[in-house]
Amino acid sequence: MSILDYAAAELSRKIKEGKHTAIEAMEAVFERIGEKEEEYRCYITADRESALIRAAVVQRKIEAGELCGPLAGVPVAVKDNLCTKGVPTSCASRILANFVPPYSATAVENLEKAGAVMIGKTNMDEFAMGSTTETSFYGVTKNPVDPGRVPGGSSGGSAAAVALAECFMALGSDTGGSIRQPASYCGVVGLKPTYGMVSRYGLVAYASSLDQIGPITKNVEDAAYLLEAVASYDEKDSTSAPDAERDFAEALTEDVKGMRIGIPRDYFGEGLDAEVRKVVLAAAETLRAAGAFVEEFDLGMVKYAVPAYYTIATAEASSNLERFDGIKYGYRTGDFEGLHNMYKKTRSEGFGEEVKRRIMLGSFVLSSGYYDAFYLKALRTKALIKKAFDEAFAEFDLILGPVAPSTAPKLGESLSDPLKMYLGDIYTIAVNLAGLPGISVPCGKDKNGLPIGMQLIGDCFAEKKLIRAAYTYEKRKAGADAWAKIMRRS
Amino acid sequence: MANVIDDATMEYVGILAKLELSDEEREAAKKDMGRMLDYIDLLNELDTSGVEPMSHVLPARNVFREDVVTNGDGREAALLNAPERKEDMFVVPKTFE
Repeated sequence: MSILDYAAAELSRKIKEGKHTAIEAMEAVFERIGEKEEEYRCYITADRESALIRAAVVQRKIEAGELCGPLAGVPVAVKDNLCTKGVPTSCASRILANFVPPYSATAVENLEKAGAVMIGKTNMDEFAMGSTTETSFYGVTKNPVDPGRVPGGSSGGSAAAVALAECFMALGSDTGGSIRQPASYCGVVGLKPTYGMVSRYGLVAYASSLDQIGPITKNVEDAAYLLEAVASYDEKDSTSAPDAERDFAEALTEDVKGMRIGIPRDYFGEGLDAEVRKVVLAAAETLRAAGAFVEEFDLGMVKYAVPAYYTIATAEASSNLERFDGIKYGYRTGDFEGLHNMYKKTRSEGFGEEVKRRIMLGSFVLSSGYYDAFYLKALRTKALIKKAFDEAFAEFDLILGPVAPSTAPKLGESLSDPLKMYLGDIYTIAVNLAGLPGISVPCGKDKNGLPIGMQLIGDCFAEKKLIRAAYTYEKRKAGADAWAKIMRRS
Repeated sequence: MANVIDDATMEYVGILAKLELSDEEREAAKKDMGRMLDYIDLLNELDTSGVEPMSHVLPARNVFREDVVTNGDGREAALLNAPERKEDMFVVPKTFE
């Protein structure tokens, strides 16, 4: 067994027992990166020397008893839209190619306090706008199971790095599914917390009312520990929730007896791949067998989530990305005539196609004459979507469905038809609009061996229920898989 | 296609978005945007009369605090990212004639 086979919390236990060191773990990670990066491109920045120095510092603190948390000593990858002091943060964009933040995001500082050791910064869709990690200025990340396919996005680098053991755990961000969908495509666990659970301070904003930082990990236990490490009330984020429960590790118990789980019929209709449907419904049966009460219901509003999202998210993006103007940091065009020409040329050369597409749509829906018909209409729709979820959570503890309508598509298939790509977000996007927590847990494979994820959705601040159900499912499935293996052998 | 984006609208969006598009990009953007807006028109099926627009799902309040400096002198750190600097200043193109 290689050190890279350990999950994060397991590795930390071995380090604290003195069986391994944080330095050995980091060396193993970089050896793996050396083998895999040329083909898979999970990272934008990963500097071995500085990572080993960080690991050595943490190892000393562990030996001195100053660091003893559940993730102490564990190498972690960080999505490149989280500011990291002194380490380049590009958002996978040319416009931030030379940007080195003078401060770290609160989530990154929390990681350091927990004794996790940063490896580097992972690849993503430019400014987190995309579902495939193909819009990065720094090249395309490949799917770990089939390099001819996408890893999903926008946190594709983080999800692929976890699946390839180029890290032990990673942080991603999720605005419309950007943690859950790549986790599903890569066969790992991804958790999008309730809006306000993790501070967004230092997360480069895409759509501020929807963005949340969350963990991407090898298993549910690690997701609970990593979320517990990064979640905090933060006065630097005015939308940070002051009174939320954040002791997620307590929910790591195998118990779903009496839990009420709703399966929305409208998540299993037209457009869903037959193999995905079968595997996800089998996962629901596993939870039923474990004692949960599982029932179908009609959620409603499902087809309106994607158009409402692309109105709200692009509107916010057009405003948030105004700051990239070539004045104080980032790329500035070399050749211009006057101030306004400098702005226009800098932005036109600095942003990629998908980002420009969204900034333009967002500028349009916010412009006078169209604001009421498009933007306010979308915000009213959001209120109705929230109401549909409120009604569902009056009946159920959790909602269970697929993460995405299909398994990972081939490289190059999605970008030629953006609308089709946007429709792939249909099961994840409403969760962001309603501010809810959601988790993607691997539940099987299709005939090509591509991973399929099950999504569990909870009410606001019901992360512990979500983790308890996901943990129970994972344990039960591992037991059943082990048994099936024995039966095949005999 | 119900939503036809004409050249004047595209020009206006370009001004708002501070983006300069090549002829080819502009034609593609017109088509993309029209198609997206047609899709967004799906929302018109919904009767939203009497529904308040929802900006935030959780109760959002103004958060007030004392205006206290906590971050010290970050001048040099900030200037390190300047595309062009002169001593302790950012160099920018002339803003008025």
